Amino acid sequence: MAVLFSVLPAFRPSASAQALHVPYVLDTLSNGLTLIIHEDHSAPVVTVNTWRHVGSGDETQGRTGFAHLFEHLMFMGSEHAVYPQFDRLLEAAGGDNNGSTTNDRTNYYEEGPANALPLMLWLEADRTGWLLPTMDSAKVDLQRDVVKNERREGVDNQPYGLADETIAAMLYPPSHPYSWPVIGSMTDLSAASLEDVKNFFRRYYAPNNTTISVAGDVKPAEVKALVEKYFGEIPRGPAITRNAPAPFSLRADTMAVLEDRVQLPRLYYTWHTVKAWAPDDAALDLVAYLLTGAKNARLTQTLVYDRQTASQVQAFHDSRRLDGEFDVIATARPGHSLPELQTVVDAELARLAASGPTARELEQAKNAREASFLRGIERVGRKADQLNRYYYQIGEPDGFQRDLDRYRAVTAADIQRVVRTYLTGPRVILSIVPQGKRELAAKGRNTP
Amino acid sequence: MNRTPVTGLAAAMALALGATALAAQAPAVATRPTLGPAPRLVMPAVQKARLPNGLAIEVVPMHEVPLVQASLLIAGGARLDGSHPGLATFTANMLDEGAGSRDAFALAAEVAYLGATLNTGASWDAVTVDVGAPRRTFAAAMALAADVVLRPRFTAADIARQRGLRLASILQQRDQPGSVAGLVFNAMVFPAGHPYHSPLNGDSASTAALDSAGVRDFWRRAADPRRATLVVTGDVTLAEVRALAQRLFGGWKAPAMPLPAPGTPAEVPRPATRIILVDKPGAAQSVIAIGGPGVSRRSPDYPAITLMNTILGGSFSSRLNDILREQKGYTYGAGSGYSWRPLPGPFNASAQVRSNATDSSLAIFFREFRRIRDSGVTATELDRGRAYLVLGSLGDFETTGQVAGSLASLTILGLPLTTIPSDLAAIQKVTAADVQRAARTYLDPAHFTVVIVGDIAKIRPGIEALGLGPVEVRDYNGREVGG
Repeated sequence: MAVLFSVLPAFRPSASAQALHVPYVLDTLSNGLTLIIHEDHSAPVVTVNTWRHVGSGDETQGRTGFAHLFEHLMFMGSEHAVYPQFDRLLEAAGGDNNGSTTNDRTNYYEEGPANALPLMLWLEADRTGWLLPTMDSAKVDLQRDVVKNERREGVDNQPYGLADETIAAMLYPPSHPYSWPVIGSMTDLSAASLEDVKNFFRRYYAPNNTTISVAGDVKPAEVKALVEKYFGEIPRGPAITRNAPAPFSLRADTMAVLEDRVQLPRLYYTWHTVKAWAPDDAALDLVAYLLTGAKNARLTQTLVYDRQTASQVQAFHDSRRLDGEFDVIATARPGHSLPELQTVVDAELARLAASGPTARELEQAKNAREASFLRGIERVGRKADQLNRYYYQIGEPDGFQRDLDRYRAVTAADIQRVVRTYLTGPRVILSIVPQGKRELAAKGRNTP
Repeated sequence: MNRTPVTGLAAAMALALGATALAAQAPAVATRPTLGPAPRLVMPAVQKARLPNGLAIEVVPMHEVPLVQASLLIAGGARLDGSHPGLATFTANMLDEGAGSRDAFALAAEVAYLGATLNTGASWDAVTVDVGAPRRTFAAAMALAADVVLRPRFTAADIARQRGLRLASILQQRDQPGSVAGLVFNAMVFPAGHPYHSPLNGDSASTAALDSAGVRDFWRRAADPRRATLVVTGDVTLAEVRALAQRLFGGWKAPAMPLPAPGTPAEVPRPATRIILVDKPGAAQSVIAIGGPGVSRRSPDYPAITLMNTILGGSFSSRLNDILREQKGYTYGAGSGYSWRPLPGPFNASAQVRSNATDSSLAIFFREFRRIRDSGVTATELDRGRAYLVLGSLGDFETTGQVAGSLASLTILGLPLTTIPSDLAAIQKVTAADVQRAARTYLDPAHFTVVIVGDIAKIRPGIEALGLGPVEVRDYNGREVGG
């Protein structure tokens, strides 16, 4: 942390142009494995953060949810670290671990005392090179059950839980890999076989599709030697080629109404936007803050404070490798219906498009975003993940300053332009209403 | 399930085949690495001061990062609710809805403009105002915090709006089976009149009765510098914090009444094990919460209890998660824990399980409660749990927020930060016999309350067949209904 923060501009209004710099060592093994190392000796801890460049977007239809199910199987033991050693050996060394899957990537981390680094790399290497010898149908069946419970907990037994996958299916064409949910469908989870596991592993978990970011109280030469020792013998896998999905745009508003076991109706607007790091990506992130990032943000102030027709409102921009989307989600207060909220959301977007934010509003948005960005990378675990993310997205691990700069560069005119370009056109309109209360649902444009 | 390390096999084969020959064939991963000595935990030192009005100050300077984190803690919290559940949390949430010269919008705008965060809230035992800021704007952010504590507006219009929002959120709790299970569990475990009986955020009736006079009266009683502590960590010195606190909080006067004597904990009954069902027709899962009154944080058995719980349900490899998730596939995760509060908080074991495994899961929970009491733990579990707790603590003091959080939660318990290293040293010495004794003393499956939120029509017969105790049906508030 000392290295990271000693040079950063302490606070935005000073606008001193010093660069935020996270030093790293980048190395590639002959089998294609990429290694990023960042030294930070401020606490006696280390994180091994591994990205596999595969996500639910690489799944085939009929096997949705497979990338995430596979993530679970990575903890089920490998030839030399047989089940359940992965978790037990790490805990016995004072460490912790987890993994996560998105549309684009799957990540894993092990974190703990600095002396546990060889164990972490050994465990990660063994499952990278020697996962299949101990993999069997019983393990697939077991984690299939666990994942189905994860889906029940997060989707089926969750109020409004079907929103995300309903919107994805309405926004993206069926051939687009973002049109199905990361968690997958129960039917597809049931269909996943041991053969699928083997093929997926051989195709996507080879060293040349893997980057490892090690951050913490380490010496780069020792990290390199350990990685070379444990990963060096794993053969390179086939090169991965992907066909870009056909470009698409939403031609007209698309509407749906779901009844759910909920007390209050909720409105979802979703627009198709741009991919991560596209020129308008940062401006759209700031639009989300301007709408609902603080009590004085436009939609929060109008809907929750002034008119008091909504109990909650939230906007966010989610940009990924292939495409992005912008969501506004508003829950009515008791006694109010979704068309009342629509009128306000539409009017506020029109107002932002017409006259843009004030200088002070934009400055607040930038300061708040920058402060939370900097607080977010205080821990080595978060820095390690961010180094991996930047390497994946822009081919440069130390993308911190570049990332900050693109937000600093956004002007009021940019805000106006991106609202007009992306958030006034066709959108997905989803209403989730209490059972039997379809009359509370949103209305289409031009519907009296 | 093969628990024999393959490294052992490889070593045996190396003897048989000749080490050199094998070395050429076996990959490096065939041998598990041995680890060097673990780093030692170096605890930050706390520097203390006190203002003449009683406000205590605790500072941990951390100069690596130009960030500062502060928590102003005022002991009391929801325990001061009296007959008005939700009053403390509501009042605490009202603090930043307008204070000093700023309304809610101006306050939020200024906080964000400064690159700061300002959060207010209340737990069972304290009202908390948290501030995070870059060093450069910390003093300005603290001035806003002083406005919030000393000059909240509490206007009738703001209170009416926030009351409406809270009524909406209380209504929405019914949608969340996990929230319902927690509320019913507290209502059943702690008797009426006990501070942990009522929902932290109150219920519809108590919320509808909130008004400006009640909020002002609560804050007059609660905002007492004599029971307040300002915890600050990060790029500051004690002298800076003391001067700033004197300037901003020096004029804070204690209410003209003696500090209320610490209440004696109400007696919590321990009825024989019973099962409360809350209906959620068509639910895809059952939410299970099992437990009872726990134990004081000041108990000399704290280290043994903590290690016992780590093995029972406090880590991924713990028995409950291992069996219910990893062996049976009934759940996405199962666990247990003791809530450490100034008065003994609850012990609670929980999982969300697929509906048709509700009875089987319940049987496993109770089997495991009895097993750890009757047969204790293995040496492997003991060593692993100990290392997980002791070595795992090395990452707990990396950021200003983590240090402030540890310091704040111990302050609320009336304990110094040195409690952490002394507990860890004690955990190193806990034996298997200590763990079993802790289980026998503090884990009492004959006197547990079981709350299950699920599809009663599907799950009730199987639950009754287990014969764990009487089964009754209640609503989402814990009130009796027929059935």
